[in-house]
Amino acid sequence: MQGNAERYLNKERLPHIWCPGCGNGIVLGALIRAFDKMGVDQDKTVVISGIGCSSRASGYLDFNSMHTTHGRALAFATGIKLARPEINVFVLMGDGDASAIGGNHLIHAARRNIDITTVIFNNSIYGMTGGQYSPLTPRDCRATTAPYGTVERPFDLAGLAQAAGATYVGRATTYHTGLLTRLIISGACHKGFSVIEAVTACPVSFGRRNEMGSGHEMLMWQKEHGVPVEKAKHLTPEEMKDKFIIGELHKSVAPEYTEIYGQLIKKAQCSYKGE
Amino acid sequence: MTDVIPLARLMQGNEAIAEGALDAGARFFAGYPITPSTEIAEILAKKLPIVGGKFIQMEDEMASMAAVIGASLAGLKALTATSGPGFSLKQENLGFAAIAEVPCVVVNVQRCGPSTGIPTATAQGDVMQARWGTHGDHPVIALCPSSVQESYSLTIRAFNLSEKYRTPVILLTEEIVSHLRERVNLPQPGEIPVINRKKPPAGLKKYYPYRAGEDGVPPMANFCEGYRYHVTGLVHNENGVPTTNPELAQQLLNRLNNKIMDHLDDIVTYDSHLTEDAEIIVIAYGAVARSAKRAVRDARSEGIKAGLFRPVTIWPFPYREVAALSQQARAIIVPEMNMGQIKGEVECAARNSTKVVGLNRFGGEIITPGEILGVIKSI
Ligand SMILES: Cc1ncc(C[n+]2csc(CCOP(=O)(O)OP(=O)(O)O)c2C)c(N)n1
Repeated sequence: MQGNAERYLNKERLPHIWCPGCGNGIVLGALIRAFDKMGVDQDKTVVISGIGCSSRASGYLDFNSMHTTHGRALAFATGIKLARPEINVFVLMGDGDASAIGGNHLIHAARRNIDITTVIFNNSIYGMTGGQYSPLTPRDCRATTAPYGTVERPFDLAGLAQAAGATYVGRATTYHTGLLTRLIISGACHKGFSVIEAVTACPVSFGRRNEMGSGHEMLMWQKEHGVPVEKAKHLTPEEMKDKFIIGELHKSVAPEYTEIYGQLIKKAQCSYKGE
Repeated sequence: MTDVIPLARLMQGNEAIAEGALDAGARFFAGYPITPSTEIAEILAKKLPIVGGKFIQMEDEMASMAAVIGASLAGLKALTATSGPGFSLKQENLGFAAIAEVPCVVVNVQRCGPSTGIPTATAQGDVMQARWGTHGDHPVIALCPSSVQESYSLTIRAFNLSEKYRTPVILLTEEIVSHLRERVNLPQPGEIPVINRKKPPAGLKKYYPYRAGEDGVPPMANFCEGYRYHVTGLVHNENGVPTTNPELAQQLLNRLNNKIMDHLDDIVTYDSHLTEDAEIIVIAYGAVARSAKRAVRDARSEGIKAGLFRPVTIWPFPYREVAALSQQARAIIVPEMNMGQIKGEVECAARNSTKVVGLNRFGGEIITPGEILGVIKSI
């Protein structure tokens, strides 16, 4: 590994629990490379996660880290960030974690535009509990709780985050790791709520039931189906069918929550003295 | 008027809780509005920023409880306040605070339930939920104020106990106490006993976040104050690393329980009124204890040897004290605004050594002194 990204790993905790072929390690690799490139200070940064296979990542990192309850990572993180705005806050979640049980916390963190960088590991399935469908499982896919194929429409997670007010949104895959690292860096440098969706493979609980092959074949699927933003502009809807856009999807400027709250404190203190 | 105590104020129960929290050093509140607790949020929304603290109205009660835990780990004393349906939603992360040993205070202003029940009516129906509401075996401290004065002082005590024992503490109050307005004598600023969490010494080669000394309470480093460590709701070892080792699991859960149960003398408080020679003892808590006090006095004036025992700490329940009283009393009467939740605990402590009689009302109204006196006289 180039640079000194490994210093961000808590080696006492390795080996990890992830299955052979799982893409979570690739996301974690992209994350620590991003930390390394940014020179993230481990003593001024926290990593918070929910519950799921992907959320175990927080424990493999050498930070003040917290593995919270299913879906609630952003709410815990909001408490930390508001209490101590000078702390850098990263949140790691699975797709079920972020969009089902934690969907409400996701849209409200986005609405507040609180300065938290969120990486969502999207493996299209509930991995930890053994392959039940999530709000991001595509239509007509098989899952243990969708033995005849899913009948529900999936969320467009990035679109959801943007619509709810996230001011930085990107998507990459575990095939496009350079892009993933760059997006995490841009998201972390952006002041406000950032969401980076990392499309990752779960060969054991998703790929197997949907005839997608090995972890390697699923990576190749990501390569073929992830279309960079620039390229997608020139493709027809027909050509984009079954494909998804990767890259920086949205960036805007809006007041950041803890900064506004800081101003509110000053205002309250002035008017109190004036009383 | 010249004899007015300078720091006496007329206050509502919920206001006293907000003031108590501020005086205990609370600097963070996260909540979700719900009757009859809302005034606590409203007052703290106004007052916290003035002292540099933070207030946030979260999207729901799960989130409020989560944010409170996050803020506490980041080093701020933090609380949330809720009622009925909201208390149910807090349970998930209340369990997280218990196993991760994060100090925080949860105010539950009880209202008539279940479900939406009667939002504006008083009740004591959440006594067992306060004890067993989150899943698994876990320690809990819950305090029941009877007056506005006590709403203030027990809020401070709740923070102190949570900091000292690294555990969530529940202030289990009731609509009727929270909406009552009474005089409160406020201590001078320097006179308020404030306890802060014990921190590890600086410069340790390695900090074990869950390694406790004899008192069972591990020193707590706040996040980003020098020691990097992992916090999880999974059963973990002394290093905070998840484990499924049954021995380590047993050890952790035992320590969590013992750090409370080994300090009952410090944690359990109660009030006794005319119990020394009492033959009939009323055991009551919260607002009902006030009716009971009056009933006991009225009984005395009629020559009946009645007394009142009032648990202030409802969890852990004062079993020892109740067991002793059950030896002397001909009967114990337990009036409460539920179907007999504490009566069961009294029976458990009394072990058939005396008769235990319940007096229950759960339709949203307080039990009157006359009703309690009626039961005393019927014995
Ligand atoms: C309140 C609650 N409900 C359900 C669960 C069980 N559970 C644990 S992980 C999980 C889903 C994990 O899926 P996802 O969030 O997509 O993450 P992954 O494991 O795929 O990384 C569920 C349902 C839980 N731990 N808590």
